[in-house]
Amino acid sequence: MSTPVTTASESIPAQTAGAGKGASRLRTPRRNTPGRPKRSVLLTVLTGLMLLYTVVPLIWLVISATKTQEGLADSGGLWFADDFALWDNIRDTFTYNDGVFVRWLLNTVLYVVLGAGGATFLAILGGYALAKFNFPGKRAVFAVVIGAVAVPGTALAVPTFLMFSKMGLTDTPWAVIIPSLVSPFGLYLMWVFATEAIPTELLEAARMDGASEARTFFQVSLPLLAPGIVTVLLFTTVATWNNYFLPLIMLKDSDWYPLTLGLSVWNSQAETIGGDVIFNLVITGSLLTIVPLIAAFLLLQKYWQSGLAAGSVKE
Amino acid sequence: MTTQQPPAAVEPRPAPPPARRDRRSWTGWGFLGPFVAVFALVFLAPIAYSIYLSLFRDQLIGGNTFVGLDNYTQALQDDRFWDSLARVSLFLVVQVPIMLGIALLIALALDSGRLYGTDFFRITIFLPYAVPAVVATLMWGFMYGTRYGLVGDINDAFGVTLPEPLSPDLVLASIGNIVTWEFVGYNMLIFYSALRVIPHSLYEAAEIDGAGQFRVITAIKLPAIRGALVIATIFSIIGSFQLFNEPNILRQLARNAITTDYTPNFYTYSLSFNGQQQNYSATVAIIMGLITMVIAYIVQLRGMRKGA
Repeated sequence: MSTPVTTASESIPAQTAGAGKGASRLRTPRRNTPGRPKRSVLLTVLTGLMLLYTVVPLIWLVISATKTQEGLADSGGLWFADDFALWDNIRDTFTYNDGVFVRWLLNTVLYVVLGAGGATFLAILGGYALAKFNFPGKRAVFAVVIGAVAVPGTALAVPTFLMFSKMGLTDTPWAVIIPSLVSPFGLYLMWVFATEAIPTELLEAARMDGASEARTFFQVSLPLLAPGIVTVLLFTTVATWNNYFLPLIMLKDSDWYPLTLGLSVWNSQAETIGGDVIFNLVITGSLLTIVPLIAAFLLLQKYWQSGLAAGSVKE
Repeated sequence: MTTQQPPAAVEPRPAPPPARRDRRSWTGWGFLGPFVAVFALVFLAPIAYSIYLSLFRDQLIGGNTFVGLDNYTQALQDDRFWDSLARVSLFLVVQVPIMLGIALLIALALDSGRLYGTDFFRITIFLPYAVPAVVATLMWGFMYGTRYGLVGDINDAFGVTLPEPLSPDLVLASIGNIVTWEFVGYNMLIFYSALRVIPHSLYEAAEIDGAGQFRVITAIKLPAIRGALVIATIFSIIGSFQLFNEPNILRQLARNAITTDYTPNFYTYSLSFNGQQQNYSATVAIIMGLITMVIAYIVQLRGMRKGA
């Protein structure tokens, strides 16, 4: 291995230790160049252009969600139309077609709770095992799991579909939940976290006191892993909430659709003959879909940024 | 399967003494077992199954018969497959460097400490990562519209006629823009996190040597985050080769510009779910998987060797 790899690896302890204490190194302004660099208006403006690129579509989405179907056609994209129809749009989104949007929202929540929640739980258990136990086949398991990250996930989709179809799982929620249960990245992150956050001496002490392995895990180890758990949970939640390809191939019955698939169906209604054109609801539905995740990212910044830092220095 | 070797150096503690390991040798499996079981079901079994599928073919006479590598020969001579591969390769060569370049520039700007409102910039530019590909594509699709979208607004306001973003010539670039928008912040954060952990002492040494900002970047910062750069490149390559969601959704708006074999992934999807050619579809998927892994492996080898 080359020098930078070792450097990166050595820096993991510092990162995770900081995260474990709940102190985010990322948020502490650090002058890393000697002397105090002068703040630059020019550089701020240049980065501001990039910021503009990022937020203009989001601003467009928020403004467009306040317009009626007619308003969308008649008014400029970056300013409000005469009618402010946001509340009407939200109400219509929730009630259109007997409230199918609510159904999709609940499906999405179901997939996230069981899929992302399950993935996080399996990653915690597995990462803990890799970090704190020695057992036959450990290296082989790790190599295979890390190698599998490079396999294009979608290359697996067709055979997974055929397998699930033989098992009678397609067109049921399980077809979406079961593949979501595996997060190699989550496993890796939890492994790095558990290695640093749980002192082996503490486990020894618990065992000396006669605690079972399960009890040691739940009462001693789990609380120490909290910041890592939040990070993995957030990223598996994004993956599940935003999943499109998997439900697209697995589900035919629109009663089981998640939000992403439902929005796509609403959007494609416009091109079917006699289809109801509801772009205002597609736009409002899109806004409602992204609000929970953006809120979660903003509220939990402190945790996931330090967690991501630990993950980003891998290799 | 070994494109990403586990970083052995990460494991910080020495292995426990043999006596203890013997006593607990199988306990770890109790914790790792559930993960491995599901992993085997949703990763290993489908890989094995698709290899099996790729060796058979459904024929009018004789039904499902073993055909050896015939499917592979067919795929390697399939123009539709090569066209789609060429398209994502072009995408890869143009979009990935632009996206990673911008991400790196922003990360360096944030890390320089010369910006006003660093925290605000960092979190805001990252936000599109939380937006589903479906919503991002719908949003940009609306804005691309020359009649009601932002492009139309610009045309009206300035009396110009911009080229149509969803026309066959430009649609690949338009997809590239959507993907860039979605992932530039994520990559920026990965680079930024790696920059933050560079030891302070290196900068002090550079100052004593009289190195300027630019020199500090090329001599210290970039080499130090090489690992992160390689990882981001590999993930972007995998992402490009898997391109599906954006063209699939955008096709609702640009039927003529985006065909059902637009990307390799779209092609395998169409083969399976519209054409009922599961065996052939599995073959194309395996070939794409192999190509992806080989390229990811080469990038990793090259990226790491430069540092030696």
